[in-house]
Amino acid sequence: MQKVKLHINGFTRTLLVNAHETLLDTLRERLNLTGTKRGCDQGSCGSCTVLLDGTPVLSCITPTIRCDGRKILTIEGIGVNGHLHPVQERLASDGGLQCGFCTPGVVMTAVPFLQENPDATDDDIKEALSGNLCRCTGYKKIIEAVRHAAEDLRHG
Amino acid sequence: MGRVIGKPTPLIDAVQKVTGKAMYTDDFKFPNMVYVGLHRSPHAHAKIMSIDTSVAAAHPGIKAVITGKDIPIAFGVLPISPDETAMAVDKVRYVGEIVAAVAGETPEAARAGADLIRVSYKPIKNFITPDESLVECSEDEKIHQHTKNSKNIHKIADLSFNDPKDGIASSSFTRSVDFKFAGVTHAFTEPHSTIAVWNGDESLLVITATQVPHYLHRTLSKVLDIPLHKIQVKKPALGGGFGGKSDPFPHEMIASKLAILTNRPVKCTLTREEVFLTNHGRHPTEMTMSVGCDVAGKITALDTDIVIDGGAYGSFGVVTSYYNGVLLQGPYKIDRFGFITRRVYTNKPQSGAMRGHGAVNPRYAVEVVLDMLAHDVGMDPCDFRQQNFLSENTKTVGELRITSNGIRECLETVRRKSGWDDRYGKLPNGHGLGVACGFFISGSALPIIWNRYPQTVVHAKLDFDGRIVMFSGASDIGQGSDTMLVQIAAEELGISMSRVQVEVADTKLTPVDLGSYSSRVTFMVGNAAKQAVDKIRHQIAASVGNEKSVPREAIQFADERVFTDDGKLNLTWDEAVDIAMAGRGAFVESGFYISPKLGGKFKGSGAGLSPAYSFGAFIAEVKVDPMTGQVSVIKVWSAHDCGKALNPLSVEGQIEGSIHMGLGQVVSEDMRYHNGRLLNANFWDYRIPMTLDTPEMDVTIIESNDGEGPYGAKEAGEGPIHPVLPAIGNAIYDAVGIRMTELPITPDKVLTELRKGGQQ
Ligand code: FES
Ligand code: FES
Repeated sequence: MQKVKLHINGFTRTLLVNAHETLLDTLRERLNLTGTKRGCDQGSCGSCTVLLDGTPVLSCITPTIRCDGRKILTIEGIGVNGHLHPVQERLASDGGLQCGFCTPGVVMTAVPFLQENPDATDDDIKEALSGNLCRCTGYKKIIEAVRHAAEDLRHG
Repeated sequence: MGRVIGKPTPLIDAVQKVTGKAMYTDDFKFPNMVYVGLHRSPHAHAKIMSIDTSVAAAHPGIKAVITGKDIPIAFGVLPISPDETAMAVDKVRYVGEIVAAVAGETPEAARAGADLIRVSYKPIKNFITPDESLVECSEDEKIHQHTKNSKNIHKIADLSFNDPKDGIASSSFTRSVDFKFAGVTHAFTEPHSTIAVWNGDESLLVITATQVPHYLHRTLSKVLDIPLHKIQVKKPALGGGFGGKSDPFPHEMIASKLAILTNRPVKCTLTREEVFLTNHGRHPTEMTMSVGCDVAGKITALDTDIVIDGGAYGSFGVVTSYYNGVLLQGPYKIDRFGFITRRVYTNKPQSGAMRGHGAVNPRYAVEVVLDMLAHDVGMDPCDFRQQNFLSENTKTVGELRITSNGIRECLETVRRKSGWDDRYGKLPNGHGLGVACGFFISGSALPIIWNRYPQTVVHAKLDFDGRIVMFSGASDIGQGSDTMLVQIAAEELGISMSRVQVEVADTKLTPVDLGSYSSRVTFMVGNAAKQAVDKIRHQIAASVGNEKSVPREAIQFADERVFTDDGKLNLTWDEAVDIAMAGRGAFVESGFYISPKLGGKFKGSGAGLSPAYSFGAFIAEVKVDPMTGQVSVIKVWSAHDCGKALNPLSVEGQIEGSIHMGLGQVVSEDMRYHNGRLLNANFWDYRIPMTLDTPEMDVTIIESNDGEGPYGAKEAGEGPIHPVLPAIGNAIYDAVGIRMTELPITPDKVLTELRKGGQQ
């Protein structure tokens, strides 16, 4: 057991964790942050994506002890003052989700991506989201929603 | 009409889903909850000689251990083939079958406990391939005792009209081609998950990721011997189904049993590997497809011989057996028609219902064979198809009633949009176009559990708060059925969607619905919902008409107002509701749907009957790399006749999702086994398309306005998958001149065919 300090969504938590505890377990099972989804627990689907110091990581293959002292942002921390982030807004309004199980992972991948690539083309978006499996939408409306969100952010 | 219906409408739970607030089964926690660990068989086929649970039971944190003998009552989603138990009793029939289960204080304890169960087995002969199951074996080697003639054949379904074999023999052109299809699985992103709570009054609450709460409700009552009225099955947000969450599942029964034994809430969430082992996906299939036509390209006869690999248990297999054949009766008119399907048991995870149920593989085969015939006759494949279509308002040879039918417009649309006439057969080598069509049921006209009840009932409630609550047992599995309920209420009552809420998929609160499969929900639940809210409107009009002395027929509902055109009456919605409440308070109205009586009188005539059929035509453009054999799908043009798109955003989403799933099956997906052991039970090795594989998609919705569908609507969730696969297959032929008859079409198979130098 090791003591770790996690800065999650702007709030600091101190926890004792095992070496084998994943960040996904910590978030879902211990902190009740269930917005982050467990689609495979094998690093293959992207549904568990969160930001670690601003970079998307797969929380199901990230040991919590490696997150000591670092900033974690989950889907619960996206959007400010009750306002949706444009990526969320567009996924919702443009049909970019059906069952929604992949959606938190898509949001957590697309938000930092657009921050760094405000002029992303569809091919860039496809590349960026290539690790997020979605079985419902055929990706078309996800890609369009992210492109529209980029436009919103540029004009916003 | 048309204020809400027909407008692109975001899902009512979309904001919950983009913010991570939507609650899926595994997101729920109950105080003092315990977790399930499952012990699975390492053998494909073996007798269970003994099970020692003592070490597991003594392990710290283990609260209960159960084995097959604790839940011995057999079940099956079809009441005609109850061949499965919650856990193996006496013998195991596939690698991964559940043999025993524990409840542990933590997931780790549960896993450790499950590992400590000791089972001794005596292996029996394995039957891994359909060929092995079709030959005689000794009685005690058979996978199931009930199969006949010392073989492992579960079901033989066959129909024949007007001597098709003779029809083919006497045709000017005939083709008879062997096809082979690998098994594929749903690969929904949310793993199966269940929480069972045993209440103090001996009632059972089961929160679970299911497409059909009603079947689970019935099955739990049967296998646990609990009265129906003591069981509540609830479906929360659900992360995709595609048919794979339609059966009642062992883990749901096991969690329930353990909840009763431990008297504590029990959670069971499967790992991704376990999801693959649970399967119930599309049957691996082998078939010979024979079709004949005359010199003018008119189809004369079709006959097909099909073997489907059911795996270890029945699931929906009897229905699948029929659907493989009967759903070849359209969209073309074929008067001499026959098929035989043999479903065999093998020692593998069971096959079941998956999007496009039963009809996807034969659709590939027939559309490829029609393409060959078109070339034989010397006709353009689109022209060939056009002249063979069924008309509207007709019957197929097997007496499927066809009402609205937009197939001609579908084909004309994709033909025009793709530039087919200028480009087909003329693209540079390695590039090609292919066309294919399809059709599908909008719900089965016959329920699988026979009774005289409607196929669905919807309740609509109005109360003093001016809110309409729609109560429906239908399961929103991502397809947007909850949104449809709200749209219909808002449309009929002239109120905003935000005034309408849903209570859904809860067998205690909501009236019975037969579930979200066979593309039945929009048609059946939509009709019932419309009827229920229409009754509410009539009630309000009656009360308001009485009180304000205006003829009720003159009363209109729009823009949150209740009014007459002459201006004599002009109430807000709330004022009207207040009048309707007087003297009686809140009230509920009920709507239902029963399919009209359909079909012929012969045995097997019930299969494939539906009150309406969707139609579609797709064209695919592919690029084939002759050096690597890699097939890339560049663009798909799709036109689907869904009658009327109640929510075009959702209809497009269904078509795009179907293109994705069809693409996966045609180029990469394949459940691979070695001696019955599934080799690729993860997303690394079982490759579903990702963003980078996604072709450009051009989607057109064709509206034929069905006379019996709600607002004219038919299905859109499954029909669009059928044309995808053969359109790609036929495009490969246009690109490099090879006929691919084995799916998935992987580079090695393409190279092998290319080396043979192409055929035909
Ligand atoms: S749950 Fe982490 S990648 Fe699938
Ligand atoms: S919306 Fe269902 S998996 Fe993406």
